[in-house]
Amino acid sequence: MTTTPVPAPRLRRLEVPALRGVLVREVINFSSYWRSTTVSSTIEPTIYLLAFGFGFGSLVATVQGLDYVEFVGTGTVATAVMFASVFATMFGTFVKREYQRTYDAILAAPVDTEELVTGEVLWVAARAGVYGTAPLLVAMAFGLDPAWGMLTVPLIGFATGFGWAAFGVLVSAILKSIDHFSYVTSMVITPVFLVAGTYFPLDGLPTWAQVAGHFNPLFHCAFGWQGWADAGHVAAILAFGAVMWRLAIWRSRMRLIN
Amino acid sequence: MSALALRLRGVVKAFGPLVAVNGLDLEVPEGTCVGLLGPNGAGKSTTMRMLTAQSIADSGEIEVLGHRLPGESKSARALMGVVPQLDNLDTTLTVEQNLVVFSHLYRIRRGERRAAIERALDIANLADRRASRVDKLSGGMRRRLLIARALVHRPRLVLMDEPTVGLDPQVRQEIWALIDALRAEGVSILMSTHYIEEAERLADTVTIVSHGTAVATGPPAELVSEHAGAEAREVYGPPARLAEVEAQAQDAGLRTRRTGTSVALLGLERATGPIPDGEHRPTNLEDVFVLLTGEEIS
Repeated sequence: MTTTPVPAPRLRRLEVPALRGVLVREVINFSSYWRSTTVSSTIEPTIYLLAFGFGFGSLVATVQGLDYVEFVGTGTVATAVMFASVFATMFGTFVKREYQRTYDAILAAPVDTEELVTGEVLWVAARAGVYGTAPLLVAMAFGLDPAWGMLTVPLIGFATGFGWAAFGVLVSAILKSIDHFSYVTSMVITPVFLVAGTYFPLDGLPTWAQVAGHFNPLFHCAFGWQGWADAGHVAAILAFGAVMWRLAIWRSRMRLIN
Repeated sequence: MSALALRLRGVVKAFGPLVAVNGLDLEVPEGTCVGLLGPNGAGKSTTMRMLTAQSIADSGEIEVLGHRLPGESKSARALMGVVPQLDNLDTTLTVEQNLVVFSHLYRIRRGERRAAIERALDIANLADRRASRVDKLSGGMRRRLLIARALVHRPRLVLMDEPTVGLDPQVRQEIWALIDALRAEGVSILMSTHYIEEAERLADTVTIVSHGTAVATGPPAELVSEHAGAEAREVYGPPARLAEVEAQAQDAGLRTRRTGTSVALLGLERATGPIPDGEHRPTNLEDVFVLLTGEEIS
């Protein structure tokens, strides 16, 4: 004997209603914690900008033909995007999966892991794109000349944030304990943040570090903001995002569905 | 034979060397409440997770409302509501916001969303707490909200995993009334529990599971009658005396079970010899549960 069929629309992969459901949950939740997140995501890079801008700026007038404030301003934007995205998903998705059991509730609804991960990453990327503009505005206040190309900052910030947010989900899905995140922070995030042409150019580093730097997604992001973005840099950002997105879904499915 | 809302056939699920579900057969006829009764570790929660495809069976067949799992699980989930054992509400949101989120996740049309949320608030008797943050609610209110959340899209089938675990008796009765009202509306319910009284009061049919296998299925009264008879006698005493009582009862052809402080002699009407004196009581589902799932904690 089979069960009684109930008419239902045939549901497919990556459906807009499922993504909307995940995003609605994030947006409503954001109303309860936006202050703390906004402060940490905008004040911290601004402090970096001021410290490096005034600190190194008093010693270094120009870098690669740019005023140092311009050079470090764009680098700080890239860093702000990375921090606002990777930490949000690393910790956020781990807490929602392991402690709050939020994902058990969402996956009991007509939402698949692919839609859940994609919705989470889209939301964090959108936030990162917006937060990334904060240091840019501060840099302008300290002498960075406005340029039309800067209007692309939220878009490139979104694309870069998408990749880093997906990387954060991937890390969260791989590691067994939240305590292990410090390994990733020390051994991945910190080198990526420093060896990216963000606060100082790669030229002065050993050859191997320069080569490694060119594989750093943040390097391509930082260059994009300096007006030198070409198709290669944008393609690198998009490729990083695409690879991290699929890896994040794959590992999250392994973690959530057993 | 009535139509089925849910059917499992020979379902097996192992986690490494641990076989959590071992050839489980289970059916939920439409419009009935089926109790999945078993001790901790019997495979109840794993079974529940397989029904939402959050756990994938190694073998066997699972079908829900005409949809084969796991391939068509998304369509099945759109028609089901799930009340989890662990509270996974968004605690910093209000009662209403939690329902708004799930009205979107369950794809309720924009024009119907407000009415669906109001209906869910009414079912759970939470309309006057709609603006309260979840972390300000009592345990009973949170459990009622979990049920409301599962019902917001008017599901045909509701899965409840230990719906009253950890609640005090008054709150448990509130939840029972809510489940009973659902059943009266014709919603099919699969409810896992290890509370005997809960299964006895609410379930039309009980499936007792032990070590991942269904060891008995039927209406509670029939299970009691079949496995434990009609009358029981409790005999109290020190451990040595209880051992003697057990031996005497077995000589008289009776089944026994320990209750902790006494030995219960079951199915007195079937006795073929003298039996020790003690306190009479009717047999119950707990007698059956212990007989079929064992007295030792595994």
